[in-house]
Amino acid sequence: MIRFLKATGYVLGLPVILLTAWWFGSANSTSPFWPPLSTIIETFPSTWTWDRIVGDVFPSLARLGIGFGLAVVVGIVLGTAIGLSPTLRALSEPVLEFFRAVPPPVLVPIIALFAGYTGWLGKIVTIALGCLWPILLNTVEGVRGLEPVLGDTAKSYHLSPWRRLVFVVLPGASPRIFTGARQSLSIGVILMVISELFGANRGLGAAIVQFQRSFAIPQMWTGVIVLGLIGVLLATLFKVVENRMLAWYVGQRQIERGA
Amino acid sequence: MSITTMLSGRGAQAPAAPKTDVALDLRNVQKTYDTPGRPHVEAIRNLDFQVRRGELVCVVGPSGAGKTTLLRSIAGLLDVTAGEVVLDGTTVTGPPEGMAVVFQEYGRSLFPWMTVRQNIELPLKEKGIPKAERREKVDRALEEVSLSEAAEQHPWQLSGGMQQRVAIARAIAFEPTVLLMDEPFAAVDAQTRAELEDLVRSLWKHLGVTVLFVTHDIDEAVYLGERVIVLSNRPTVLMEDVKVDLPPERDQLTTRSDPRFGELRGHVYELIQRAKRGERPDETAAVDKGV
Ligand SMILES: Nc1ncnc2c1ncn2[C@@H]1O[C@H](COP(=O)(O)OP(=O)(O)OP(=O)(O)O)[C@@H](O)[C@H]1O
Ligand SMILES: [Mg+2]
Repeated sequence: MIRFLKATGYVLGLPVILLTAWWFGSANSTSPFWPPLSTIIETFPSTWTWDRIVGDVFPSLARLGIGFGLAVVVGIVLGTAIGLSPTLRALSEPVLEFFRAVPPPVLVPIIALFAGYTGWLGKIVTIALGCLWPILLNTVEGVRGLEPVLGDTAKSYHLSPWRRLVFVVLPGASPRIFTGARQSLSIGVILMVISELFGANRGLGAAIVQFQRSFAIPQMWTGVIVLGLIGVLLATLFKVVENRMLAWYVGQRQIERGA
Repeated sequence: MSITTMLSGRGAQAPAAPKTDVALDLRNVQKTYDTPGRPHVEAIRNLDFQVRRGELVCVVGPSGAGKTTLLRSIAGLLDVTAGEVVLDGTTVTGPPEGMAVVFQEYGRSLFPWMTVRQNIELPLKEKGIPKAERREKVDRALEEVSLSEAAEQHPWQLSGGMQQRVAIARAIAFEPTVLLMDEPFAAVDAQTRAELEDLVRSLWKHLGVTVLFVTHDIDEAVYLGERVIVLSNRPTVLMEDVKVDLPPERDQLTTRSDPRFGELRGHVYELIQRAKRGERPDETAAVDKGV
Protein backbone atom coordinates (compact mmCIF):
# COMPACT_ATOMS: atom_id res chain seq x y z
CA MET A 1 0.00 0.00 0.00
CA ILE A 2 2.77 2.39 0.96
CA ARG A 3 4.64 1.34 -2.11
CA PHE A 4 1.57 2.04 -4.22
CA LEU A 5 1.20 5.53 -2.73
CA LYS A 6 4.85 6.16 -3.38
CA ALA A 7 4.53 5.06 -7.00
CA THR A 8 1.49 7.29 -7.57
CA GLY A 9 3.39 10.09 -5.89
CA TYR A 10 6.24 9.73 -8.35
CA VAL A 11 3.89 9.64 -11.33
CA LEU A 12 1.76 12.59 -10.26
CA GLY A 13 4.37 14.66 -8.44
CA LEU A 14 5.89 16.63 -11.28
CA PRO A 15 2.60 17.23 -13.18
CA VAL A 16 1.03 18.60 -10.01
CA ILE A 17 3.97 20.94 -9.43
CA LEU A 18 3.88 22.17 -13.01
CA LEU A 19 0.14 22.73 -12.97
CA THR A 20 0.39 24.64 -9.70
CA ALA A 21 3.15 26.79 -11.15
CA TRP A 22 1.06 27.42 -14.26
CA TRP A 23 -2.01 28.22 -12.17
CA PHE A 24 -0.33 30.84 -10.02
CA GLY A 25 2.03 32.08 -12.67
CA SER A 26 -0.82 32.85 -15.04
CA ALA A 27 -3.38 33.90 -12.43
CA ASN A 28 -3.06 37.66 -12.99
CA SER A 29 -2.09 37.48 -16.62
CA THR A 30 -3.71 40.06 -18.84
CA SER A 31 -1.88 39.00 -21.98
CA PRO A 32 -4.42 37.65 -24.48
CA PHE A 33 -1.95 34.92 -25.50
CA TRP A 34 -1.42 33.68 -21.94
CA PRO A 35 -4.86 33.51 -20.40
CA PRO A 36 -5.02 32.42 -16.75
CA LEU A 37 -5.25 28.66 -16.33
CA SER A 38 -8.54 29.15 -14.50
CA THR A 39 -10.02 30.72 -17.66
CA ILE A 40 -8.75 27.87 -19.78
CA ILE A 41 -10.31 25.30 -17.51
CA GLU A 42 -13.58 27.24 -17.44
CA THR A 43 -13.85 27.12 -21.20
CA PHE A 44 -13.02 23.43 -21.28
CA PRO A 45 -16.54 21.92 -20.91
CA SER A 46 -18.15 24.26 -23.40
CA THR A 47 -15.37 23.66 -25.94
CA TRP A 48 -15.02 19.89 -25.75
CA THR A 49 -18.63 18.90 -26.07
CA TRP A 50 -19.55 15.38 -27.09
CA ASP A 51 -20.29 16.65 -30.62
CA ARG A 52 -16.83 18.05 -30.91
CA ILE A 53 -15.23 14.90 -29.56
CA VAL A 54 -17.11 12.79 -32.10
CA GLY A 55 -16.51 15.28 -34.90
CA ASP A 56 -12.85 16.14 -34.24
CA VAL A 57 -11.13 13.87 -31.77
CA PHE A 58 -12.41 10.51 -32.96
CA PRO A 59 -11.58 11.03 -36.64
CA SER A 60 -8.06 12.13 -35.72
CA LEU A 61 -7.54 9.11 -33.51
CA ALA A 62 -9.01 6.79 -36.13
CA ARG A 63 -6.60 8.08 -38.76
CA LEU A 64 -3.73 7.70 -36.33
CA GLY A 65 -4.83 4.17 -35.51
CA ILE A 66 -5.14 3.12 -39.13
CA GLY A 67 -1.88 4.76 -40.18
CA PHE A 68 0.07 3.38 -37.25
CA GLY A 69 -1.48 -0.07 -37.66
CA LEU A 70 -0.54 -0.14 -41.34
CA ALA A 71 3.00 0.92 -40.48
CA VAL A 72 3.30 -1.84 -37.86
CA VAL A 73 2.11 -4.55 -40.24
CA VAL A 74 4.10 -3.42 -43.26
CA GLY A 75 7.16 -2.58 -41.14
CA ILE A 76 7.29 -5.99 -39.49
CA VAL A 77 6.66 -7.91 -42.71
CA LEU A 78 9.20 -5.96 -44.77
CA GLY A 79 11.67 -5.71 -41.89
CA THR A 80 11.62 -9.44 -41.28
CA ALA A 81 12.09 -10.20 -44.96
CA ILE A 82 15.00 -7.76 -45.22
CA GLY A 83 16.52 -8.96 -41.96
CA LEU A 84 16.45 -12.58 -43.04
CA SER A 85 17.70 -12.11 -46.61
CA PRO A 86 21.22 -10.77 -47.16
CA THR A 87 20.40 -10.14 -50.83
CA LEU A 88 17.35 -8.08 -50.00
CA ARG A 89 19.38 -6.22 -47.41
CA ALA A 90 22.15 -5.32 -49.84
CA LEU A 91 19.55 -4.11 -52.32
CA SER A 92 17.50 -2.04 -49.91
CA GLU A 93 20.18 -0.56 -47.66
CA PRO A 94 20.84 2.67 -49.60
CA VAL A 95 17.12 3.28 -50.11
CA LEU A 96 16.40 2.77 -46.43
CA GLU A 97 19.18 5.14 -45.43
CA PHE A 98 17.78 7.76 -47.79
CA PHE A 99 14.24 7.57 -46.45
CA ARG A 100 15.43 7.49 -42.90
CA ALA A 101 17.12 10.85 -43.46
CA VAL A 102 13.98 12.52 -44.83
CA PRO A 103 12.00 14.23 -42.03
CA PRO A 104 8.44 12.88 -42.17
CA PRO A 105 6.64 16.29 -42.34
CA VAL A 106 8.36 16.90 -45.67
CA LEU A 107 6.19 14.11 -47.01
CA VAL A 108 3.04 16.17 -46.55
CA PRO A 109 3.23 18.39 -49.64
CA ILE A 110 4.37 15.47 -51.78
CA ILE A 111 1.52 13.26 -50.65
CA ALA A 112 -0.88 16.20 -51.07
CA LEU A 113 0.05 16.23 -54.75
CA PHE A 114 -0.81 12.59 -55.26
CA ALA A 115 -3.53 11.73 -52.78
CA GLY A 116 -5.04 15.14 -52.13
CA TYR A 117 -5.49 16.46 -48.66
CA THR A 118 -9.20 16.96 -48.23
CA GLY A 119 -10.06 13.33 -47.54
CA TRP A 120 -8.64 10.77 -45.17
CA LEU A 121 -6.38 9.03 -47.65
CA GLY A 122 -3.59 11.59 -47.78
CA LYS A 123 -3.55 11.95 -44.00
CA ILE A 124 -3.42 8.22 -43.37
CA VAL A 125 -0.67 7.78 -45.93
CA THR A 126 1.33 10.54 -44.25
CA ILE A 127 0.99 8.97 -40.81
CA ALA A 128 1.72 5.46 -42.10
CA LEU A 129 4.82 6.53 -44.05
CA GLY A 130 6.18 8.53 -41.14
CA CYS A 131 5.63 5.65 -38.72
CA LEU A 132 7.01 3.03 -41.06
CA TRP A 133 10.75 3.73 -40.86
CA PRO A 134 11.44 3.33 -37.16
CA ILE A 135 9.51 0.06 -37.09
CA LEU A 136 11.06 -1.21 -40.30
CA LEU A 137 14.65 -0.38 -39.38
CA ASN A 138 14.31 -1.72 -35.85
CA THR A 139 12.73 -4.93 -37.09
CA VAL A 140 15.64 -5.44 -39.49
CA GLU A 141 18.12 -4.96 -36.65
CA GLY A 142 16.12 -7.14 -34.29
CA VAL A 143 15.96 -10.00 -36.78
CA ARG A 144 19.65 -9.71 -37.58
CA GLY A 145 20.65 -9.52 -33.94
CA LEU A 146 19.03 -12.84 -33.08
CA GLU A 147 21.28 -15.03 -30.92
CA PRO A 148 23.10 -17.32 -33.40
CA VAL A 149 22.90 -20.34 -31.09
CA LEU A 150 19.12 -20.04 -31.17
CA GLY A 151 19.23 -20.07 -34.96
CA ASP A 152 21.42 -23.17 -34.84
CA THR A 153 19.04 -24.82 -32.40
CA ALA A 154 16.08 -24.11 -34.70
CA LYS A 155 18.01 -25.50 -37.65
CA SER A 156 19.21 -28.64 -35.97
CA TYR A 157 15.72 -29.48 -34.71
CA HIS A 158 14.44 -28.90 -38.27
CA LEU A 159 11.87 -26.30 -37.34
CA SER A 160 9.79 -25.44 -40.38
CA PRO A 161 10.22 -21.91 -41.78
CA TRP A 162 6.80 -21.04 -40.41
CA ARG A 163 7.59 -22.22 -36.87
CA ARG A 164 10.98 -20.58 -37.05
CA LEU A 165 9.30 -17.29 -37.91
CA VAL A 166 6.57 -17.46 -35.28
CA PHE A 167 8.44 -19.09 -32.40
CA VAL A 168 12.00 -17.93 -32.95
CA VAL A 169 12.54 -14.94 -35.24
CA LEU A 170 9.62 -12.69 -34.31
CA PRO A 171 9.81 -13.19 -30.52
CA GLY A 172 13.57 -12.69 -30.72
CA ALA A 173 13.12 -9.43 -32.60
CA SER A 174 10.18 -8.24 -30.51
CA PRO A 175 12.16 -6.06 -28.07
CA ARG A 176 13.54 -4.08 -30.99
CA ILE A 177 10.17 -4.03 -32.74
CA PHE A 178 8.64 -2.45 -29.64
CA THR A 179 11.41 0.13 -29.47
CA GLY A 180 10.64 1.07 -33.07
CA ALA A 181 6.91 1.12 -32.49
CA ARG A 182 7.29 3.46 -29.54
CA GLN A 183 9.25 5.95 -31.65
CA SER A 184 6.68 5.56 -34.40
CA LEU A 185 3.79 6.30 -32.11
CA SER A 186 5.15 9.71 -31.12
CA ILE A 187 5.94 10.50 -34.75
CA GLY A 188 2.39 9.39 -35.56
CA VAL A 189 0.85 11.82 -33.08
CA ILE A 190 2.88 14.68 -34.54
CA LEU A 191 1.88 13.74 -38.08
CA MET A 192 -1.74 13.35 -37.03
CA VAL A 193 -1.73 17.04 -36.14
CA ILE A 194 0.41 18.25 -39.02
CA SER A 195 -1.63 16.40 -41.61
CA GLU A 196 -4.70 18.37 -40.55
CA LEU A 197 -3.11 21.78 -40.99
CA PHE A 198 -3.50 21.77 -44.74
CA GLY A 199 -6.79 22.53 -46.43
CA ALA A 200 -10.19 22.70 -44.77
CA ASN A 201 -10.49 19.94 -42.25
CA ARG A 202 -12.02 18.54 -39.16
CA GLY A 203 -9.88 16.98 -36.55
CA LEU A 204 -8.03 17.76 -33.36
CA GLY A 205 -5.12 19.51 -35.04
CA ALA A 206 -7.45 21.41 -37.36
CA ALA A 207 -9.58 22.51 -34.42
CA ILE A 208 -6.58 23.93 -32.57
CA VAL A 209 -5.52 25.92 -35.63
CA GLN A 210 -9.06 27.22 -36.20
CA PHE A 211 -9.25 28.41 -32.58
CA GLN A 212 -5.96 30.18 -33.03
CA ARG A 213 -7.02 31.83 -36.30
CA SER A 214 -10.25 33.08 -34.77
CA PHE A 215 -8.42 34.40 -31.68
CA ALA A 216 -10.21 31.93 -29.38
CA ILE A 217 -7.04 31.66 -27.36
CA PRO A 218 -8.32 29.88 -24.20
CA GLN A 219 -10.02 27.34 -26.48
CA MET A 220 -6.76 26.86 -28.34
CA TRP A 221 -5.05 26.08 -25.04
CA THR A 222 -7.70 23.52 -24.14
CA GLY A 223 -6.95 21.82 -27.46
CA VAL A 224 -3.29 21.63 -26.57
CA ILE A 225 -4.20 20.09 -23.22
CA VAL A 226 -6.44 17.50 -24.91
CA LEU A 227 -3.60 16.62 -27.24
CA GLY A 228 -1.25 16.17 -24.32
CA LEU A 229 -3.75 13.97 -22.49
CA ILE A 230 -4.14 11.80 -25.57
CA GLY A 231 -0.37 11.44 -25.70
CA VAL A 232 -0.30 10.25 -22.09
CA LEU A 233 -3.17 7.85 -22.72
CA LEU A 234 -1.50 6.33 -25.78
CA ALA A 235 1.82 5.95 -24.00
CA THR A 236 0.09 4.17 -21.11
CA LEU A 237 -1.76 1.84 -23.46
CA PHE A 238 1.47 1.08 -25.26
CA LYS A 239 3.20 0.32 -21.98
CA VAL A 240 0.46 -2.09 -20.96
CA VAL A 241 0.73 -4.03 -24.23
CA GLU A 242 4.52 -4.00 -24.05
CA ASN A 243 4.60 -5.26 -20.46
CA ARG A 244 2.38 -8.13 -21.44
CA MET A 245 4.24 -9.16 -24.55
CA LEU A 246 7.77 -8.51 -23.33
CA ALA A 247 7.39 -9.86 -19.81
CA TRP A 248 10.12 -12.42 -20.50
CA TYR A 249 12.50 -9.72 -21.71
CA VAL A 250 11.90 -7.45 -18.76
CA GLY A 251 12.36 -10.37 -16.35
CA GLN A 252 15.53 -11.53 -18.05
CA ARG A 253 17.01 -8.04 -18.00
CA GLN A 254 16.23 -7.60 -14.32
CA ILE A 255 17.93 -10.87 -13.44
CA GLU A 256 20.96 -10.07 -15.57
CA ARG A 257 21.33 -6.68 -13.90
CA GLY A 258 20.78 -8.07 -10.45
CA ALA A 259 23.42 -10.76 -10.90
CA MET B 1 19.00 -47.30 -69.40
CA SER B 2 17.68 -46.44 -66.00
CA ILE B 3 18.12 -50.05 -65.00
CA THR B 4 21.76 -50.05 -66.00
CA THR B 5 22.47 -46.82 -64.13
CA MET B 6 20.71 -48.22 -61.14
CA LEU B 7 22.70 -51.38 -61.34
CA SER B 8 26.00 -49.67 -61.98
CA GLY B 9 25.16 -47.17 -59.26
CA ARG B 10 24.58 -49.97 -56.84
CA GLY B 11 27.69 -51.72 -58.07
CA ALA B 12 29.76 -48.60 -57.49
CA GLN B 13 28.38 -48.14 -54.02
CA ALA B 14 28.76 -51.73 -52.88
CA PRO B 15 32.49 -51.72 -52.15
CA ALA B 16 32.28 -48.33 -50.45
CA ALA B 17 29.73 -49.51 -47.89
CA PRO B 18 30.47 -53.04 -46.83
CA LYS B 19 30.13 -52.16 -43.17
CA THR B 20 26.56 -50.99 -42.78
CA ASP B 21 26.99 -50.67 -39.04
CA VAL B 22 28.93 -47.45 -39.53
CA ALA B 23 26.71 -44.56 -38.50
CA LEU B 24 29.18 -41.73 -38.81
CA ASP B 25 32.13 -41.63 -41.13
CA LEU B 26 34.58 -38.74 -41.18
CA ARG B 27 36.63 -38.84 -44.33
CA ASN B 28 39.70 -36.60 -44.20
CA VAL B 29 37.73 -33.74 -42.73
CA GLN B 30 39.51 -30.40 -42.75
CA LYS B 31 38.28 -27.05 -41.59
CA THR B 32 39.94 -23.70 -41.99
CA TYR B 33 38.03 -20.65 -40.80
CA ASP B 34 38.27 -17.63 -43.01
CA THR B 35 36.41 -14.86 -41.26
CA PRO B 36 37.20 -11.26 -42.28
CA GLY B 37 38.49 -10.33 -38.83
CA ARG B 38 40.65 -13.46 -38.43
CA PRO B 39 41.70 -14.78 -41.80
CA HIS B 40 42.92 -18.32 -42.23
CA VAL B 41 42.58 -20.10 -38.89
CA GLU B 42 43.31 -23.75 -39.52
CA ALA B 43 41.16 -25.45 -36.89
CA ILE B 44 41.08 -29.05 -38.12
CA ARG B 45 43.97 -30.29 -40.22
CA ASN B 46 42.75 -33.80 -40.80
CA LEU B 47 40.34 -36.09 -39.00
CA ASP B 48 39.45 -39.50 -40.32
CA PHE B 49 37.55 -41.87 -38.05
CA GLN B 50 34.32 -43.76 -37.85
CA VAL B 51 31.61 -44.26 -35.26
CA ARG B 52 29.55 -47.43 -35.34
CA ARG B 53 25.78 -47.36 -35.00
CA GLY B 54 24.82 -47.34 -31.34
CA GLU B 55 28.32 -46.56 -30.16
CA LEU B 56 29.14 -44.06 -27.42
CA VAL B 57 32.29 -42.18 -28.31
CA CYS B 58 33.89 -39.46 -26.24
CA VAL B 59 36.08 -36.72 -27.69
CA VAL B 60 38.71 -35.02 -25.56
CA GLY B 61 41.40 -32.54 -26.45
CA PRO B 62 43.05 -29.35 -25.25
CA SER B 63 40.96 -26.18 -25.15
CA GLY B 64 40.71 -24.65 -28.60
CA ALA B 65 41.55 -27.97 -30.23
CA GLY B 66 38.53 -27.77 -32.50
CA LYS B 67 36.11 -30.04 -30.65
CA THR B 68 33.21 -27.67 -31.14
CA THR B 69 34.23 -27.15 -34.74
CA LEU B 70 34.14 -30.90 -35.26
CA LEU B 71 30.73 -31.23 -33.65
CA ARG B 72 29.25 -28.37 -35.66
CA SER B 73 30.57 -29.90 -38.85
CA ILE B 74 28.89 -33.19 -38.00
CA ALA B 75 25.69 -31.35 -37.09
CA GLY B 76 25.62 -29.81 -40.57
CA LEU B 77 25.91 -26.30 -39.19
CA LEU B 78 29.36 -25.66 -40.60
CA ASP B 79 30.74 -26.40 -44.07
CA VAL B 80 33.96 -28.36 -44.00
CA THR B 81 36.84 -27.05 -46.07
CA ALA B 82 37.80 -30.44 -47.46
CA GLY B 83 36.81 -34.06 -46.98
CA GLU B 84 33.32 -35.10 -46.03
CA VAL B 85 31.15 -36.09 -43.10
CA VAL B 86 29.03 -39.10 -44.00
CA LEU B 87 26.07 -40.03 -41.86
CA ASP B 88 24.23 -43.26 -42.64
CA GLY B 89 25.75 -43.33 -46.08
CA THR B 90 24.82 -39.76 -47.06
CA THR B 91 27.14 -36.80 -47.05
CA VAL B 92 26.08 -34.20 -44.51
CA THR B 93 25.30 -30.87 -46.17
CA GLY B 94 22.78 -29.53 -43.65
CA PRO B 95 21.38 -30.55 -40.28
CA PRO B 96 20.54 -34.27 -40.61
CA GLU B 97 17.15 -35.69 -39.61
CA GLY B 98 16.91 -37.39 -36.25
CA MET B 99 19.96 -35.71 -34.76
CA ALA B 100 19.88 -33.72 -31.54
CA VAL B 101 22.64 -31.38 -30.45
CA VAL B 102 23.35 -30.07 -26.96
CA PHE B 103 25.38 -26.95 -27.53
CA GLN B 104 28.26 -25.80 -25.40
CA GLU B 105 26.46 -22.46 -25.01
CA TYR B 106 23.54 -24.32 -23.42
CA GLY B 107 22.09 -21.19 -21.80
CA ARG B 108 21.88 -19.32 -25.05
CA SER B 109 20.38 -22.29 -26.86
CA LEU B 110 17.15 -22.06 -24.84
CA PHE B 111 14.38 -19.76 -26.05
CA PRO B 112 14.01 -17.15 -23.30
CA TRP B 113 10.44 -16.27 -24.32
CA MET B 114 9.26 -19.81 -23.73
CA THR B 115 8.86 -21.77 -20.54
CA VAL B 116 10.98 -24.85 -19.95
CA ARG B 117 8.07 -27.01 -21.06
CA GLN B 118 7.55 -25.04 -24.28
CA ASN B 119 11.27 -25.25 -25.04
CA ILE B 120 11.24 -29.02 -24.83
CA GLU B 121 7.92 -29.32 -26.59
CA LEU B 122 8.72 -27.28 -29.68
CA PRO B 123 10.80 -29.91 -31.52
CA LEU B 124 8.14 -32.50 -30.65
CA LYS B 125 5.45 -30.29 -32.17
CA GLU B 126 7.52 -30.14 -35.31
CA LYS B 127 7.60 -33.93 -35.33
CA GLY B 128 3.80 -33.90 -35.32
CA ILE B 129 3.41 -35.72 -32.01
CA PRO B 130 -0.11 -35.28 -30.57
CA LYS B 131 -0.57 -33.04 -27.57
CA ALA B 132 -1.18 -35.58 -24.83
CA GLU B 133 1.81 -37.63 -25.88
CA ARG B 134 3.97 -34.52 -26.05
CA ARG B 135 3.05 -33.65 -22.51
CA GLU B 136 3.95 -37.09 -21.33
CA LYS B 137 7.31 -37.06 -23.12
CA VAL B 138 8.18 -33.65 -21.72
CA ASP B 139 7.26 -34.75 -18.21
CA ARG B 140 9.35 -37.89 -18.52
CA ALA B 141 12.37 -36.02 -19.87
CA LEU B 142 12.14 -33.46 -17.08
CA GLU B 143 11.87 -36.19 -14.52
CA GLU B 144 15.00 -37.83 -15.88
CA VAL B 145 17.02 -34.68 -15.37
CA SER B 146 15.20 -34.07 -12.04
CA LEU B 147 13.67 -30.78 -13.08
CA SER B 148 9.95 -31.55 -12.90
CA GLU B 149 9.27 -28.61 -10.65
CA ALA B 150 10.78 -26.12 -13.12
CA ALA B 151 8.50 -26.98 -16.04
CA GLU B 152 6.54 -23.74 -16.03
CA GLN B 153 9.50 -21.47 -15.36
CA HIS B 154 11.48 -19.54 -17.92
CA PRO B 155 15.09 -20.56 -18.60
CA TRP B 156 16.50 -17.29 -17.30
CA GLN B 157 14.92 -17.98 -13.92
CA LEU B 158 17.10 -21.08 -13.55
CA SER B 159 20.71 -21.57 -12.53
CA GLY B 160 23.34 -22.46 -15.13
CA GLY B 161 23.31 -26.11 -14.18
CA MET B 162 19.53 -26.25 -14.41
CA GLN B 163 19.60 -24.60 -17.83
CA GLN B 164 22.06 -27.20 -18.97
CA ARG B 165 19.74 -29.95 -17.81
CA VAL B 166 16.85 -28.35 -19.71
CA ALA B 167 18.94 -28.45 -22.88
CA ILE B 168 19.67 -32.13 -22.19
CA ALA B 169 15.99 -32.84 -21.50
CA ARG B 170 15.07 -31.24 -24.81
CA ALA B 171 17.54 -33.47 -26.63
CA ILE B 172 16.42 -36.70 -24.99
CA ALA B 173 12.69 -35.93 -25.35
CA PHE B 174 13.37 -35.64 -29.08
CA GLU B 175 14.48 -39.30 -29.09
CA PRO B 176 17.24 -38.81 -31.64
CA THR B 177 19.14 -41.55 -33.44
CA VAL B 178 22.33 -39.54 -33.13
CA LEU B 179 23.06 -37.38 -30.13
CA LEU B 180 25.88 -34.83 -30.14
CA MET B 181 26.81 -33.25 -26.83
CA ASP B 182 29.35 -30.47 -26.40
CA GLU B 183 30.63 -30.37 -22.81
CA PRO B 184 27.08 -30.81 -21.57
CA PHE B 185 27.95 -31.16 -17.89
CA ALA B 186 30.39 -28.28 -17.60
CA ALA B 187 28.12 -26.21 -15.33
CA VAL B 188 26.57 -28.83 -13.06
CA ASP B 189 27.75 -29.81 -9.61
CA ALA B 190 29.60 -33.07 -9.01
CA GLN B 191 26.61 -34.93 -7.63
CA THR B 192 24.28 -34.00 -10.50
CA ARG B 193 27.09 -34.66 -12.88
CA ALA B 194 27.45 -38.24 -11.73
CA GLU B 195 23.69 -38.71 -12.05
CA LEU B 196 23.63 -37.24 -15.53
CA GLU B 197 26.54 -39.43 -16.62
CA ASP B 198 24.59 -42.48 -15.57
CA LEU B 199 21.53 -41.05 -17.29
CA VAL B 200 23.43 -40.74 -20.57
CA ARG B 201 24.71 -44.30 -20.22
CA SER B 202 21.26 -45.70 -19.51
CA LEU B 203 19.55 -43.70 -22.27
CA TRP B 204 22.21 -44.77 -24.66
CA LYS B 205 21.59 -48.40 -23.75
CA HIS B 206 17.81 -48.19 -23.89
CA LEU B 207 17.44 -46.09 -27.00
CA GLY B 208 20.30 -47.57 -28.96
CA VAL B 209 21.29 -44.03 -29.91
CA THR B 210 24.70 -43.18 -31.33
CA VAL B 211 26.38 -40.67 -29.04
CA LEU B 212 29.30 -38.37 -29.65
CA PHE B 213 30.22 -36.73 -26.39
CA VAL B 214 32.72 -33.88 -26.13
CA THR B 215 34.21 -33.25 -22.72
CA HIS B 216 37.32 -31.79 -21.16
CA ASP B 217 37.04 -34.17 -18.22
CA ILE B 218 39.25 -37.22 -18.71
CA ASP B 219 37.56 -39.31 -16.01
CA GLU B 220 34.20 -38.61 -17.55
CA ALA B 221 35.43 -39.57 -21.01
CA VAL B 222 36.77 -42.92 -19.81
CA TYR B 223 33.77 -43.60 -17.60
CA LEU B 224 31.23 -42.90 -20.33
CA GLY B 225 32.83 -43.92 -23.57
CA GLU B 226 33.48 -47.15 -25.34
CA ARG B 227 36.14 -45.23 -27.16
CA VAL B 228 37.92 -42.01 -26.41
CA ILE B 229 39.09 -39.95 -29.33
CA VAL B 230 42.01 -37.80 -28.22
CA LEU B 231 42.67 -34.75 -30.35
CA SER B 232 45.96 -32.91 -30.72
CA ASN B 233 46.09 -29.15 -30.30
CA ARG B 234 45.32 -26.88 -33.20
CA PRO B 235 45.54 -27.53 -36.17
CA THR B 236 43.88 -30.71 -35.07
CA VAL B 237 44.72 -34.26 -36.01
CA LEU B 238 43.89 -37.49 -34.20
CA MET B 239 46.31 -38.11 -31.31
CA GLU B 240 44.97 -41.53 -30.53
CA ASP B 241 41.77 -43.51 -30.73
CA VAL B 242 41.70 -45.18 -27.29
CA LYS B 243 39.51 -48.24 -26.90
CA VAL B 244 37.89 -48.38 -23.47
CA ASP B 245 37.81 -52.09 -22.63
CA LEU B 246 35.83 -51.73 -19.43
CA PRO B 247 32.80 -53.94 -18.79
CA PRO B 248 29.60 -52.49 -20.32
CA GLU B 249 27.85 -52.30 -16.96
CA ARG B 250 29.33 -49.22 -15.38
CA ASP B 251 28.87 -47.90 -11.93
CA GLN B 252 30.23 -44.75 -10.36
CA LEU B 253 31.86 -46.66 -7.50
CA THR B 254 33.10 -49.96 -8.91
CA THR B 255 34.06 -48.75 -12.36
CA ARG B 256 36.03 -45.83 -11.07
CA SER B 257 37.96 -48.02 -8.67
CA ASP B 258 38.68 -50.64 -11.34
CA PRO B 259 42.48 -50.79 -11.91
CA ARG B 260 41.87 -50.83 -15.66
CA PHE B 261 39.95 -47.54 -15.31
CA GLY B 262 43.00 -46.05 -13.64
CA GLU B 263 45.29 -47.26 -16.41
CA LEU B 264 43.09 -45.89 -19.18
CA ARG B 265 42.65 -42.65 -17.36
CA GLY B 266 46.42 -42.34 -16.93
CA HIS B 267 46.98 -43.11 -20.57
CA VAL B 268 44.49 -40.48 -21.79
CA TYR B 269 45.91 -37.99 -19.30
CA GLU B 270 49.37 -38.60 -20.68
CA LEU B 271 48.11 -38.11 -24.24
CA ILE B 272 46.45 -34.82 -23.36
CA GLN B 273 49.59 -33.60 -21.62
CA ARG B 274 51.58 -34.41 -24.72
CA ALA B 275 48.98 -32.73 -26.91
CA LYS B 276 49.15 -29.61 -24.76
CA ARG B 277 52.94 -29.53 -25.10
CA GLY B 278 52.37 -29.43 -28.84
CA GLU B 279 53.42 -32.98 -29.54
CA ARG B 280 51.54 -34.50 -32.43
CA PRO B 281 51.54 -37.75 -34.38
CA ASP B 282 52.32 -35.87 -37.60
CA GLU B 283 55.25 -34.27 -35.78
CA THR B 284 57.80 -35.00 -38.43
CA ALA B 285 55.65 -33.20 -40.97
CA ALA B 286 55.23 -30.28 -38.58
CA VAL B 287 58.96 -30.10 -37.94
CA ASP B 288 59.69 -30.19 -41.64
CA LYS B 289 57.34 -27.27 -42.11
CA GLY B 290 58.77 -25.32 -39.20
CA VAL B 291 62.41 -25.64 -40.21
N1 LIG C 1 34.10 -18.54 -36.38
C1 LIG C 1 35.42 -18.68 -36.19
N2 LIG C 1 36.30 -17.93 -36.88
C2 LIG C 1 37.62 -18.05 -36.72
N3 LIG C 1 38.19 -18.91 -35.87
C3 LIG C 1 37.40 -19.70 -35.14
C4 LIG C 1 35.96 -19.62 -35.25
N4 LIG C 1 35.42 -20.52 -34.39
C5 LIG C 1 36.47 -21.12 -33.79
N5 LIG C 1 37.63 -20.63 -34.22
C6 LIG C 1 38.97 -21.07 -33.81
O1 LIG C 1 39.08 -22.45 -34.10
C7 LIG C 1 39.77 -23.11 -33.06
C8 LIG C 1 38.94 -24.26 -32.54
O2 LIG C 1 37.79 -23.75 -31.89
P1 LIG C 1 36.73 -24.68 -31.17
O3 LIG C 1 35.68 -23.81 -30.60
O4 LIG C 1 36.29 -25.73 -32.13
O5 LIG C 1 37.60 -25.32 -30.00
P2 LIG C 1 37.14 -26.27 -28.80
O6 LIG C 1 38.02 -27.47 -28.85
O7 LIG C 1 35.69 -26.49 -28.82
O8 LIG C 1 37.54 -25.40 -27.54
P3 LIG C 1 36.91 -25.43 -26.07
O9 LIG C 1 37.42 -26.64 -25.39
O10 LIG C 1 37.45 -24.19 -25.43
O11 LIG C 1 35.43 -25.41 -26.22
C9 LIG C 1 40.08 -22.07 -32.00
O12 LIG C 1 41.41 -21.67 -32.17
C10 LIG C 1 39.15 -20.95 -32.32
O13 LIG C 1 39.73 -19.73 -31.98
MG1 LIG D 1 34.15 -26.04 -27.61
